[in-house]
Amino acid sequence: MTEYIIKGIQHAFYLIFTANPDVIEITLRSIKVSGMAILLTTLWGLPVGIILGISNFFGKNIIKGFFNGLLGIPTVVLGLILYLMLVPAGPLGFLGLIYTEMGISLGQAILITPIIVSFVANSIELVENDIKELAMTLGAGRIEASLAVIREAIGGVMLAMIAAFNRAVAELGIAIVIGGNIFVKDSALNTRVLTTAIQMYTTRGEIDIAIALGIILLSITFIVSIISNIIQSKLT
Amino acid sequence: MIRLKNVSKMYGDVMALSRINLDIKRGEIFAIIGHSGAGKTTLLRILAMIEKPSEGEYYYNGIKVDGNEEILRKKVTMVFQKPVMFNTSVYNNIAHGLKLRGYKRGEIRKRVKEVLKLVNLEGYEKLNAKRLSGGEQQRVAIARAIIINPELLILDEPTANLDPANVIIIEKIIKEVASNGITVVLATHNLFQAKKLSDRTAHIFNGRLIEVTETDELFENPKSKITEKFITGELYF
Repeated sequence: MTEYIIKGIQHAFYLIFTANPDVIEITLRSIKVSGMAILLTTLWGLPVGIILGISNFFGKNIIKGFFNGLLGIPTVVLGLILYLMLVPAGPLGFLGLIYTEMGISLGQAILITPIIVSFVANSIELVENDIKELAMTLGAGRIEASLAVIREAIGGVMLAMIAAFNRAVAELGIAIVIGGNIFVKDSALNTRVLTTAIQMYTTRGEIDIAIALGIILLSITFIVSIISNIIQSKLT
Repeated sequence: MIRLKNVSKMYGDVMALSRINLDIKRGEIFAIIGHSGAGKTTLLRILAMIEKPSEGEYYYNGIKVDGNEEILRKKVTMVFQKPVMFNTSVYNNIAHGLKLRGYKRGEIRKRVKEVLKLVNLEGYEKLNAKRLSGGEQQRVAIARAIIINPELLILDEPTANLDPANVIIIEKIIKEVASNGITVVLATHNLFQAKKLSDRTAHIFNGRLIEVTETDELFENPKSKITEKFITGELYF
């Protein structure tokens, strides 16, 4: 068995360093799909997280609890719910998103929204209350003072986006249920991503390709974290 | 310059300040003394317009503060007892107020350099302010406050927990700033400091203003028994 795994690792490095076209395509698609998910979540999740962090209103803790509760939602269950909505007979079937890259992006965006909202809200709350008052004593109006707080929380915001991206790129349930793991050579309609490919190649016994894709997936999450650390240190 | 009329402040059921009537003159150094929990910080926060009184009125240069805080706050600044630093360089901390006011980069650079010299922190521009010692952070906080040329500078225990060397530096800065016409209001536990620096002193006890008078008069001939006991250290809690 060990010899089998070692041969698999060796072939994996061969596939990576020879830039196997299928491996490259799957990798780029994963980054594209999860990148789109982050963009979507930034549009709707980041403002919600900021407002939750900055404001005090009746029901705030209930809303926070709701998003915290969604952090652990099983991806395959979310995938199933979205599948039932996106199939042609479903209420959102007219969008034509089932078995498409955009469908996966949307599903992942919904999956990672609680991560962005919860992490951002908590990061802003952890920023010293004094920061807002400090900004006010330097002449800031209410909006400028809130911006000062958000700037102080930028490290937490970046961490939220990294955690969200890594969750999206590594999830399997939504990608396989909504995307369908479609792969036809040179087709523009493919939906195979790293996670669905790893699952498929593993069950087929094609361990070398599965290992190659696993190494790439791990590398993506590490590289994204390193880039985020560099940006954070530049910002502070 | 400043007039408080029957100002009270409640936090829930707790009366932090009770019917404070106080005038502070332009250009003076005004000290506020009192025991811990007397209401000194609450009073300073109201003067700095970061808290509203529960009752009463606050007039700044004859203008009622209520409803005009955002405009008037630009003339006032406060240095907190525990220095609060933005998580950025000393330069960016000090420049923050000038950037809010739209100053140009060249002017900001020039003024930051001048004020760093004043607070003995030349060469510290690029250091992260959060990594400085307590005394250095307090000097950054003061630099950040005075660079915007406020009309009113409010200092909450500016030398608490500082070593004697830093205390001397900060007291020197306070005197220099006041000599340039800035009105200074400072809360302090250090009676010696109040006596050394201030023109007039107010004694607050349990949220009430007990006595306000010329500093020498208050320390040499306090009218109130409570003030006398506080000054001599006979007031226990």
